[in-house]
Amino acid sequence: MDEKKVLIIGLGGLGSPVAMYLAAAGVGHLVLADFDRVDLSNLQRQIVHDTTQIGQYKTISAQTKLQALNPDIEISFIKDMISEDFLIEDDIDVVVDCSDNFATRFIINAACVHAGTPLVSGAALRWGGQVAVFSSSPQSPCYRCLYSDNEDEGEACSDAGILAPLVGVIGSIQAVEVIKVLCGIGNPLSGRLLLFDALSMQWRTLKLHKDPTCPICSN
Amino acid sequence: MITVKFFASLREQVGKGEIQLDVAEPLSVAQVWAQACDNAPLPSHILMAVNMEYSDQNRLVDAGDEVAFFPPVTGG
Ligand SMILES: [Zn+2]
Repeated sequence: MDEKKVLIIGLGGLGSPVAMYLAAAGVGHLVLADFDRVDLSNLQRQIVHDTTQIGQYKTISAQTKLQALNPDIEISFIKDMISEDFLIEDDIDVVVDCSDNFATRFIINAACVHAGTPLVSGAALRWGGQVAVFSSSPQSPCYRCLYSDNEDEGEACSDAGILAPLVGVIGSIQAVEVIKVLCGIGNPLSGRLLLFDALSMQWRTLKLHKDPTCPICSN
Repeated sequence: MITVKFFASLREQVGKGEIQLDVAEPLSVAQVWAQACDNAPLPSHILMAVNMEYSDQNRLVDAGDEVAFFPPVTGG
């Protein structure tokens, strides 16, 4: 794992546990992408940041924590806005989507499909969360196969609210899936969507299908 | 009977976790939503599943099937 390179997009509620577990587990190179700064209201759930780091860029704040956890790993940043082609020139092994809106999620998905990079996608809101792995094989569905249109931004945690430890649950599962994909072990959530309802403490796994009319992954 | 299930925040929005629909003929998933939710419009980006498999709103279901609705989740 010390040779592997993982891109984490979003260093909020999901990105916090993902980054901390992957750093602690010794993934050799973490690439971080987030353009926001740490705000006091984030700290209820974004546990990679703390009160001494308010106002800092989340990438810098996270780097401090992660490097303290594991000084032997390399940490770098994405400086430009991501586009549908930004992964093609890169040698990233896995992308972890911890972003907070549909528009970004669709761009990340398209970039992963174009570059053939596995994507570990997680999302959480209010009392519910979901995780899926989108592999690079041509038979596999992509994130866009799940949604028939790409309008509507979706709701953010800051507006709709979220149960703080829920992002810990979902982010930790994302970290598990990243390590499985990196090591080529077990059965990742590929072609499956894991759904969690914290209020009723119920889990569900849905079988996913490739959409033959998907504008991203079908020709 | 079609079993209809609502997950996470949809459970609160709809006010119930599960209902049974009596059906005389096959219905699309969108019609199941309409009958179960007093003709409320189908929210955008909602995820739908029939018998634990991802489905779109046009898929037909019949007695004995389970239809589940999951709220859109984008936050991170
Ligand atoms: Zn697709």
